[in-house]
Parts: sequence; C-alpha cells; structure tokens
Amino acid sequence: MRNYLAVLNRELKSYFSSPIAYVVIAMFLIIAGIFYYLIVTNFVQYCMQADMQAQYYRMAPRNMNVNMMAIRPILHNLSLFYIFFLPLITMRLFAEEKKSGTIELLLTSPITNSQTILGKFSAAALLSLIMLLFTALNVLLLFFYGKPEIGPILTGYLGLFLLGLSYIAFGVFFSTITDNQIIAAAITYMFILFFWAIGWISGAVNPAVGKVLANFSLIEHFDDFAKGVLDTKHVVFYLSFITAGLFLSYVSIESAKWRGR
Amino acid sequence: MIDVRQVTRFYGRVMAVDNISFQVDKGEILGFLGPNAAGKTTTMRILTTYMPATSGTVKVAGYDVQDQSMQVRKRIGYLPENPPLYMEMRVADYLDFVAKIKGVDPRDRKKAVAEVMDKVGIQTVSGRVIKTLSKGYKQRVGLAQALVHNPDVLILDEPTIGLDPKQIIEVRQLIKSLAGTHTIILSTHILPEVSMTCERVVIINKGRVVAEDTPDNLTRKLAGNQRLYLEVGGPVEDVRRALAQLPGVVKTTVLTNDKTAGFQVESQSDSEIRPLLAKTVIDRGWQLFEMKPEGMSLEDVFLQLTTKEEVGNS
Ligand SMILES: Nc1ncnc2c1ncn2[C@@H]1O[C@H](COP(=O)(O)OP(=O)(O)OP(=O)(O)O)[C@@H](O)[C@H]1O
Ligand SMILES: [Mg+2]
Repeated sequence: MRNYLAVLNRELKSYFSSPIAYVVIAMFLIIAGIFYYLIVTNFVQYCMQADMQAQYYRMAPRNMNVNMMAIRPILHNLSLFYIFFLPLITMRLFAEEKKSGTIELLLTSPITNSQTILGKFSAAALLSLIMLLFTALNVLLLFFYGKPEIGPILTGYLGLFLLGLSYIAFGVFFSTITDNQIIAAAITYMFILFFWAIGWISGAVNPAVGKVLANFSLIEHFDDFAKGVLDTKHVVFYLSFITAGLFLSYVSIESAKWRGR
Repeated sequence: MIDVRQVTRFYGRVMAVDNISFQVDKGEILGFLGPNAAGKTTTMRILTTYMPATSGTVKVAGYDVQDQSMQVRKRIGYLPENPPLYMEMRVADYLDFVAKIKGVDPRDRKKAVAEVMDKVGIQTVSGRVIKTLSKGYKQRVGLAQALVHNPDVLILDEPTIGLDPKQIIEVRQLIKSLAGTHTIILSTHILPEVSMTCERVVIINKGRVVAEDTPDNLTRKLAGNQRLYLEVGGPVEDVRRALAQLPGVVKTTVLTNDKTAGFQVESQSDSEIRPLLAKTVIDRGWQLFEMKPEGMSLEDVFLQLTTKEEVGNS
C-alpha cells in the first residue's frame, strides 16, 4: 500500500509540475464550456418560444424538462470528446520511464509491478476525475435556473468516469509497449476510434450481428447512465474492460524482460 | 555474498553473456572490466533482477534473483549506466521517493535522505530541479539513489562516467570508503580505476570471463613477457638489429631517433637478459646511458587478453 501511494503521489506531482495537466484541463474546459453554452442557450431559446406560444394560446406554460433537454445532451456531448483527452494523460506513464531509464529504478526496487501499474492508473484516474468535476460545476449552475433531478446527473457522471477509466486502463497498456509517447498516444487514439466505429457499424449491419457488436461499443453502455438508469450490467462491463487493460499492462511488463525491454 | 553460476543470456538470437561464473565475498570490491559490448551491463541487470538470465543461477545475499527477487531488491543498490532520474523532481523529493519505494522506515526516511546527500556531497543542490544540474551532479544524485537505503550490496555500472578528474577521485574515494561494510561490483573500461579501487578484477570479453585475479597478480602473471627500456648511443639500426638477435628477446621497438636512442626490449620473463644486453652494447663500442625495467601495465594485459580472443576466433 505504501508503495502504491508513493507511485500515485509521484505521478500526480509530475502531472502538475509539467504543463501537460494544465494544458489538458484548460483545453478540455474550453471545449466543454463552448458546448455547454450552445446547448443551454438553445434550450433557453426553446423555452422562451414555448412560453410565448403558451401566452398566445392563453394556456398554462408547459413544464420543460431540464434533464431531458439540457443535461442529457451535455452528458452525451462530454462522453464524445472527453475520451479524446485521455491518451494525452496516459501516454507518458510508462513510455517516459522506459525512455529515460527510470524504469530500471522501479524494476529493481522492492515494489511489485501491480503496485506500479495501479499507482500510475490511479494518478491518471484522479486527473480525469478532476477534469470531470470542473464540468460538473457548469451543470450545477443549472440548479439556479431550474429544478433538475440530481439522480441522472450523478449516474451520468459515474458513467462518464467509468467510460474514461476503461480508456485509461488501455492507455496505460499501450504506454507499456513502447518508449515513444507519441506512438503510445497514437495507438490509444486508434483504439478509441475502433471502439467508436463499432458503435456505428452495429447500426448498419443486420440486427443480430449489430446487437453483438453494440455490446462491445463502450459508448453504447453509457446511454443508460445518461438516462439516469444505474444497471449493474453496464458497471460490470466497464469494470471488466478496466481489468483487461490493467492485466494486459501487467503481462506486457512481465514479458518485456525476456525480450530485453 | 554474490554467487554467479554459469549464467548465459540471449537477446533473441544474440548471445550477450556466455556461461559466466564468479563469486564476490562480503565486503569486497570487485572490478568488472571489459571493452564495449562485452556484456557488463547485461550481467549487472541480471544481478539486480532487472532481467532474468536465459540459464544459470545467481544468488545475492543468499537469495535467488529469480525466485526471491523482492528479498534481493531490498538488499541491493543499483546505479545503472544512465542514472534513473526523474528530471522534473527536486533532488531531495526524488531521494525521498526512492527511500519510500526501497522500504526505508518512514521515521528514518528524512535522516536517511539527509545523510546520503551529505555523503555524496549534494546538500547544496538539495532543492534544485534535477534537470537543471550538471552531468556530474546528476551522476552523484544517481549514486545517492543507490545508497539511500544503505544496502548490503552495491552494483555500479560505470559510476565515474561523465565526471571531471577531481570528482572522479572523490567518487573513487567514496566507493573505497564503502568497502568492508558493503559488497561492491563496479563495471568500467577505465583501467586505472580498477587498479585504484578494486581488490579483485574480472575481465570479460564477448560475454566470457577471460581472467580473474587481483590487479597486481594480473599484471604480473599474465604479462608473460618482461620489458626493459634502454638508452644507447650508437647507430640506431645496428643497435636494434644487435639487440633483436639476442636469445630470449621477443620484440625490440625503437622509441627515439636522436643520437642516443631509446629502445624497448621485450623478453621472456623467465630469462634474465640484462647482463647480456649490457655486454653486447659495451662490446660493440656503443655507450649505455640507461637501462630500466618497465612493468607491463594492466592496460597491456587487458589489450592482450581482449585482442588475443579476436585472433583466436578469426
Ligand atoms: N536490449 C537489448 N537488445 C538486444 N541486444 C542487446 C540489448 N542490450 C544489449 N544487447 C547486446 O548485448 C551485448 C552486450 O551488451 P552490454 O550492454 O551488456 O555490454 P557492455 O559490456 O555493458 O558494453 P558498454 O561498455 O558499451 O556499456 C551487445 O552486443 C549488445 O548489442
Ligand atoms: Mg554497459
């Protein structure tokens, strides 16, 4: 446990002692802010139109659902571009250590590979959580203007976090197979695109195959979370995905020593 | 303390280490000497559990590097060829991190870091970001990293590389001062380093041990030939021919071409040819200005051992 915390702590400090964390968070928040603004203004306009219509027909104004019409689009939007920032935070985790030779320190110290992997994974996970929490501030702002339900917001964010962790776990794995950060990031992007494409293809091919494919689309599993449904099926799916990524990282590091790293 | 038995290591199809065996006693300093690509780094990486041997066994402090690697890791300090430094960290923070993962008791950690910084002389830069240090200071931080948990065994891969002459002397003194309480293996291709710091040398070439002894014995026993330096007044070419013809002389080299010429004469070590040399010179009417024995340096032995192999193979 002490070793795990030592690695986690060092990685977190390292994120914030280089520009990478600040740049990633800033860019992410700018894009998130733009989408938030567009979606919310759109929603407000729609509400005003609806109000005017109601007055014109002398009806009671319709009750607009903030959750359905603003928060769910925001969450879906986030789920699309949030994951594209993750390779930037996972690419360095092992590739940098391999390049600089610090991996020799880790692999000759009394610390297990699992502790190292989990420590690094957790550091990236915390950074991704920080990113998400910033956007949550935007969403909370809506509470001043409407009465959104808190439930779907919480499940939505849980879903986003799990979705992110899945890609982080594989980002860690791709970082173990090369000493070049750019290559690690590029492979992670291809991996993300691949699982994205699966989602599209599943809609195009015949329904039986499509259903199987959709099962593997990470985004597909996020839908229920955004709707406010917390289904253990989806949680288990993400957890298995995360476990797979971490396990592959472990195998990769263990097997590299036979090849001469 | 360290027991290496019949260790072989392949990288794919390339054999980097070929059936190496040697032992190091507690408190001893062993020099690991060899030209580039001899397999020094590979052997050290096996000793430190960084990578496994393809075959053979290695025990450090009684523990097998493969089966009990965590026990081994607790007891070794390792300075790799490139010091494993996190460039964006501050020196003291870095050493604190290393102490943590080396399992230093949290209560002693601060003290351990302060002591090791004192030992290698980096207190003045303890707050600096490692990236901004000079190469020599980075090397020292690397050394501190290997020492911070006060390990029984130290494995140093070319510890004085990149240091200025003054620092080299300091680091060598530091290493020598650690002998007795620590068992040390250091690799190098700088020969004086070995004769100055090590009690025993293992010379390896192309993955194989070609010699193992004390530096003195190596120069004496393996030299095979003895070497004399003569200064003679007389026609250079005649003198050279006359000397070369004497029984027991293996090689004569002319060193200067002035009136009094210097000659290097190598002869078989069992024959004493000095009286004969003197007599020859005097009888011919030349003048003998100087005659002195020249020891074969460790450098010569090293070259002999590592180039002989080349001839034998081709
Ligand atoms: N990771 C690796 N993959 C493939 N071959 C390697 C690897 N590391 C070393 N080798 C090969 O193994 C042999 C021994 O290399 P090693 O680094 O152990 O030599 P060395 O004695 O440390 O040399 P130097 O004095 O240059 O540091 C060399 O032929 C080298 O090319
Ligand atoms: Mg080397």
